[in-house]
Amino acid sequence: MSRFDWLSGYLAELEDEHVIVHSGSAQTLAPAHLLIIDPEDWGKAASVAKNMDLRWSGIWADEQDSDIVLSAVLVNQGDYVVLRTALLGEQPEIASHTPLYPGADRMERHLADMFGVTFTDHPDTRRWIRHQAWQEGEHPLRAGFPVQGNPPERTPADADYPSPPIQGSGVYEIPVGPVHAGIIEPGHFRFQAAGEPILRLEERLGYVHKGIEKIAVGRDAAGLARLAGRISGDSTVAHTWAACQALERASGIRPPERASIIRGLLSERERIANHIGDIGAICNDVGFAFAQMQCQALREQWQRRSGELSGHRLMMDVVVPGGVMINLDDAAIATLREDHARLREQARSLFDILDDQPSLEDRLLSTGYLSPETARALGASGYVGKASGQAIDLRTDGLYAPYTRLRFNIALSESGDVATRMGIRQEEVFSSLNLMDEMLKMLEQQTDRTDIYIELPSRPGGEGLGLIDGWRGEIVSYVRLDDEGRVARFFARDPSWFTWPALERIVLGNIVPDFPVCNKSVNGSYSGHDL
Amino acid sequence: MVDFLNPTGWALALLQMLLFSAGAPLLIAWVKRIKSRLQNRRGPSLLQPYQDLRKLFGKEAVMAHTASPVFRAAPYIVFGATLVAASVIPLLAIELPTTAIADVIVLVGFLALARFFLALAGMDVGTSFGGMGASREMLISALAEPAMLMAIFTLTMSAHSTNLSSVIEHVLDAGLLLRPSFLFALLGLLLVAVAETGRIPVDNPATHLELTMVHEAMILEYSGRHLALMEWAAQIKLMLYGVLLSNIFLPWGIASRLDAGSLLLGLVVIVAKLAVLGVILAVSETVVAKMRLFRVPAFLNLAFMLSLLGMLSHVILEVGA
Repeated sequence: MSRFDWLSGYLAELEDEHVIVHSGSAQTLAPAHLLIIDPEDWGKAASVAKNMDLRWSGIWADEQDSDIVLSAVLVNQGDYVVLRTALLGEQPEIASHTPLYPGADRMERHLADMFGVTFTDHPDTRRWIRHQAWQEGEHPLRAGFPVQGNPPERTPADADYPSPPIQGSGVYEIPVGPVHAGIIEPGHFRFQAAGEPILRLEERLGYVHKGIEKIAVGRDAAGLARLAGRISGDSTVAHTWAACQALERASGIRPPERASIIRGLLSERERIANHIGDIGAICNDVGFAFAQMQCQALREQWQRRSGELSGHRLMMDVVVPGGVMINLDDAAIATLREDHARLREQARSLFDILDDQPSLEDRLLSTGYLSPETARALGASGYVGKASGQAIDLRTDGLYAPYTRLRFNIALSESGDVATRMGIRQEEVFSSLNLMDEMLKMLEQQTDRTDIYIELPSRPGGEGLGLIDGWRGEIVSYVRLDDEGRVARFFARDPSWFTWPALERIVLGNIVPDFPVCNKSVNGSYSGHDL
Repeated sequence: MVDFLNPTGWALALLQMLLFSAGAPLLIAWVKRIKSRLQNRRGPSLLQPYQDLRKLFGKEAVMAHTASPVFRAAPYIVFGATLVAASVIPLLAIELPTTAIADVIVLVGFLALARFFLALAGMDVGTSFGGMGASREMLISALAEPAMLMAIFTLTMSAHSTNLSSVIEHVLDAGLLLRPSFLFALLGLLLVAVAETGRIPVDNPATHLELTMVHEAMILEYSGRHLALMEWAAQIKLMLYGVLLSNIFLPWGIASRLDAGSLLLGLVVIVAKLAVLGVILAVSETVVAKMRLFRVPAFLNLAFMLSLLGMLSHVILEVGA
């Protein structure tokens, strides 16, 4: 099957529905296809996509002159299509994709908050990200709104956020957070429960909104990459890479091959560190502290090595637009190879212990089930999707180096429970180790071993799409440059946008004390989602 | 017979209460230390719980404005009741006036009183966590208490007395006998002890996850000296169960006369027994995960069944034998 051979089918279907595609371009946002349509066709284009079983993967807005330009991403088997339309900036109003794609819910509310776009027939008109910090009618991402905000004396409490009432004998609500007893990020969870079984869970996020999209405007490429590295500290490599890829595509260059391989290595290191840490944390949440201590030790050794190699334990700011900041010599490659072998052995023996614990199995098996249908409807990627039958892994789609030259099997299952999500992550640890060994080989085979960076040419007005598979799943990053080559618009779609809603569905029918382990098995990023 | 007018006896009873309050943090520290070693880490110092208590006593007690006098009084009642309950159990010596006055029913009663106020305090402030913890605690204790009484009745039937000193004397007199009733009762009581002291697999004392807590959820609103008293009481309760188990089922070493030599021996022996129990607890907590809340009733039903089997085997095998 060659790339995009389904696209003509989609275009034909659009034509049947009388949707006019004004222009299409395979270059502007390559590797994605850009289709420009009329605002009134926005809903129809999505329903055709839904009928063709395309995945919905994000939406962002961009104020250009007096227009609000909306872009939505659709995916089919690793082929990306960006639908785009322009709305008049005065009173932007457009059909919602949420009735078709439930995963679009919060992203559209985010746009309603930030740009004042009204999504007709959106089922939920409550504020999402802005809480009460901005007055009614203030939309911080519109041009002219001050970066430092327009703060009232003190941000009022997020009071008028009604959650649907629930009635019945013995039914009660448990409000949890936004401040938690453990050292985790802030987020509010409202449980409606009858005794211990959970009837409904509603998340309220946005407490760590940092204004990433706003403060990105006007930055140069290097500044944007640094900012992207701070979207979510645990995914700093993946987000920086996505932003750099978008910048590089916007500038029309490719990074040197050696830089791509090193980026791949760093990204897999990040994946392994997080997977091992989270496997321990999942076990700890069911009172099996032994596993956590061992996993923490493994992760600590791993991160110390990352620190030695890159100068930062999380490898922040190592990926830069045009390349990477570090090179690996033969000695480093040999050390890494030893590390990989050691971790493979240690992880294997630790995971064997975990697989051999009936009491652990009792807690994790069948807990927190996410059906493949729900995962598909939401567009959940990463281990949450893979554990529920969604084979979404950008590394196998041949979209970016070094993975274009690497082959591996996606860990996949349909069981969808906590144990499966943990199992997928265990498998990914080993597949990542294998990939990294391959990458080390690729590094050794290179003849030019110094070429790790090229200067980014200035290309005013360019735009680019970064598509990276981070450890949480698919990251979509969009960059548009202004006339001086500075950032005019930046948007990063963390996979957590789709896994947070998945969590609300995962916990249904589970008991309240099982929520923490369900939550940990999903481990959405608060910061990545709140932006 | 106990001489109620003997001041030494009363002094020793007082000493025993002091030993309970002073030793309980050490036992917790010991269990933590062993657990740390089993997890390949160094673990905190054995003095850490004392330092924690000192820190908490030095801190201001913050009170929710919805708190009623019950909330204020509960830490003192819980601590007092637990300490009095501890004084009923022979620690170093039998034949103390306190252990002679009160029997095992009183012991269970004092523990129930402490639990009652703990649950009240949990609900008092009106947060959902406190209420949730209290409801879970009641679920657990409603099942644990009958199992505990059943196990203890098995012992008291053998000794023809509900007085713990008499039970211990009876066991000492009978010598080391493998009695099925005692074995069943021991197993039943072990499970009850794990549930009642909030250890893994029933509750996780080290958790920071509000939604999974039982005991910790009830004391979530406490701070400063109130929290110190609540934690101290929980530590004493663990030691209480440890002493109860080791001195009833393996009483050898306990002083039956009140002279310095045998008391010293009693001290050494009980320390050794608790150390061993602590290791057993730490190992068992390391190798199992916490069970799902709704499995706890099954766990406690097992405890009850074991205790019942103990009682039956006593009636069938041992009466008249």
